[in-house]
Amino acid sequence: MPDTILDVQGLETVFKTPDGTIHAVNGVSFNLKEGETLGVVGESGCGKSVTMLSVLGLIPNPPGKVIAGSAKFAGRDLLKMSNDEIRQVRGAQISMIFQDPMTSLNPVLTIGRQLEEPLMLHLGMSKKQASERAAELLSMVGIPNAKERLKDYPHQYSGGMRQRVMIAMALSCSPQILIADEPTTALDVTIQAQIMDLVKRLRQELGMAVIWITHDLGVVAGLAQRVIVMYGGFIIEEAQVHELYANPTHPYTIGLLGSLPRLDAKERTRLYSIEGLPPVLYQKPNACPFAPRCKWAMERCWKENPALEPVAPEHRVACWVDTKTGRPRS
Amino acid sequence: MNANNEVLLRVEDLKMHFPIYRGVFQRQVGAVRAVDGVTFDVYRGETLGLVGESGCGKSTTGRTILQLYKPTAGNVYFEGKNLVKLKGEEMRQMRRKMQMIFQDPYASLNPRMTVGQLVGEPLMVHNVASGAEIAERVAHLLELVNLNPAFASRYPHEFSGGQRQRIGVARALALNPSFIICDEPISALDVSIQAQVVNLLEDLQEQFNLTYLFIAHDLSMVRHISKRVAVMYLGVFVELADRDELYANPLHPYTQALLSAVPIPDPIADAKRKRTILEGDVPSPANPPSGCRFRTRCPIAQPQCAESRPEFREIQPGHFVACHLVN
Ligand SMILES: Nc1ncnc2c1ncn2[C@@H]1O[C@H](COP(=O)(O)OP(=O)(O)OP(=O)(O)O)[C@@H](O)[C@H]1O
Ligand SMILES: Nc1ncnc2c1ncn2[C@@H]1O[C@H](COP(=O)(O)OP(=O)(O)OP(=O)(O)O)[C@@H](O)[C@H]1O
Ligand code: SF4
Ligand code: SF4
Ligand SMILES: [Mg+2]
Ligand SMILES: [Mg+2]
Repeated sequence: MPDTILDVQGLETVFKTPDGTIHAVNGVSFNLKEGETLGVVGESGCGKSVTMLSVLGLIPNPPGKVIAGSAKFAGRDLLKMSNDEIRQVRGAQISMIFQDPMTSLNPVLTIGRQLEEPLMLHLGMSKKQASERAAELLSMVGIPNAKERLKDYPHQYSGGMRQRVMIAMALSCSPQILIADEPTTALDVTIQAQIMDLVKRLRQELGMAVIWITHDLGVVAGLAQRVIVMYGGFIIEEAQVHELYANPTHPYTIGLLGSLPRLDAKERTRLYSIEGLPPVLYQKPNACPFAPRCKWAMERCWKENPALEPVAPEHRVACWVDTKTGRPRS
Repeated sequence: MNANNEVLLRVEDLKMHFPIYRGVFQRQVGAVRAVDGVTFDVYRGETLGLVGESGCGKSTTGRTILQLYKPTAGNVYFEGKNLVKLKGEEMRQMRRKMQMIFQDPYASLNPRMTVGQLVGEPLMVHNVASGAEIAERVAHLLELVNLNPAFASRYPHEFSGGQRQRIGVARALALNPSFIICDEPISALDVSIQAQVVNLLEDLQEQFNLTYLFIAHDLSMVRHISKRVAVMYLGVFVELADRDELYANPLHPYTQALLSAVPIPDPIADAKRKRTILEGDVPSPANPPSGCRFRTRCPIAQPQCAESRPEFREIQPGHFVACHLVN
């Protein structure tokens, strides 16, 4: 089995707001193996972005604070590093593609300048070397006339092209881990297919591990080897991708898969709908966060929050009930 | 195929060009050909899905049908009357029968009006009810969309996205319309909430024999909700067919690529599929390619495709395609 390169344990992050404390991430543990692609899914506000931003020391403080946990990378705890140290890691070994490409590209600098800077800073390249490498990176992500287009500004690129620039930037220093936060959500399906294809190819060529955050269970099915499902700041299910889609076990995962119409559906059936709304996170839950929406809920669910426990090899679920039988897990 | 069905809406060679002005004298230097000649029918009681990539003209098609924009050319017949030619009171009467539900449940409701005022406003504007009658009708409408009538005195910001979308649906239903254009009504909602709204739209359709034009870019959802589906590219329709026919037997190269790009939430089924990855981006509608608009990205384009625009023809009964190479 490949080595673990990132090991996150007991991560907790809160935000202090005028209305109260938001418990965004409530004790999240997961790991990432070398060369693996890990999908992270869950609906808006469940803590996907905050989890990854916490690991990389990018939570704005105030209002945010990582209050517990560790994140071991290459034998060191990222959460204990100084600002300078973590910045080094972020620039070179772990890179992140952010949710909105327009906010993470500087509108007044040329694409070339933005690609060249980290190369000079982190890899000590000369201006000329960096410029050549930047053109290589652009053509690697499928932008024609790369040399010419380095002179363009972000607004001269389409949404799909900007997203490819973000990928080029994230890959420029050959990172060991790429964290992509909904990199295709704002894009059309044909462009999304281009980007997914690109990432699959680069992952093979460069042998890097990838964490891919999305709310689209279809995208994850095509890309990830292992999947984490989040709800209300917790991981509620974790499994290999085939196992998860064949045997979704947590009531929320079952509902989520059932509420999606499928392009390959044989006949048309009414969509399964999860009633109710996602939780508000002003209190750290002392019950199962899904209980108000769960049709399996029983008394215990309202009193104790279940921990993530194995139900099959490499398949963990946080639920008091065995959804196959409808009976409590012993 | 729909021979027994009544045509509710007939759109004929509809065009909507937005002028582009430049310079100190604001001279018109060109036009965005957002919709550039589309022709189709919508049958009473059906859902026609409209799909295509961002900027291809879906919303503009919907808004131009409702005469929210004055069309550059073409005709729109609703229950046999040409909306393009209607004026004043006649148009006002027609408007009651056609409503729109918008993509963004946050931006489309006036934040200073209560839910009761929002849902009741169309009733007042069209003088179809007054006083206590309005309150009664509003309560009934809220119940229809599964909202508690007691919510009538609250403001939109007190509701979640899915609830706000239902307020939008209640408002659209106020005047008993027969036709509703749903412009991406679920795109801004969470996955677990999307199914709630889609199920509601389906229930209401059955109850009131509503006709929908359902605009979306989620091809799986469109397949789920539609009876027939039309595919748009750069201001024109490239294909239209019965839902099952279109998804099982797409004939236009663009439809084929679009369908192959949709991820399937099942790793085994997904791995078995063949993907056509299109190169490049959608060209600008201000300066579309000559001939076939898809030719700059089409994997099988021929020299003739640059010369003449392929006609949108009925290849098999009920199956329309615009491509020179499809026979
Ligand atoms: N800067 C902030 N200040 C206050 N609360 C925040 C801040 N950033 C995030 N949160 C809260 O933390 C919770 C988790 O947010 P997060 O961005 O991780 O969600 P997400 O799963 O990435 O959702 P999405 O799919 O919408 O991106 C949310 O309730 C959010 O409101
Ligand atoms: N009022 C307007 N003035 C000028 N151009 C417009 C106007 N409305 C739309 N356009 C342009 O017309 C084209 C079609 O836009 P439209 O909004 O109809 O696309 P769409 O298919 O609905 O896209 P999306 O999926 O992003 O909603 C685009 O190029 C758009 O920029
Ligand atoms: S623990 Fe109880 S409430 Fe929570 S998901 Fe399981 S059955 Fe439902
Ligand atoms: S007409 Fe030509 S370019 Fe257009 S879709 Fe058909 S083959 Fe492709
Ligand atoms: Mg996020
Ligand atoms: Mg639109």
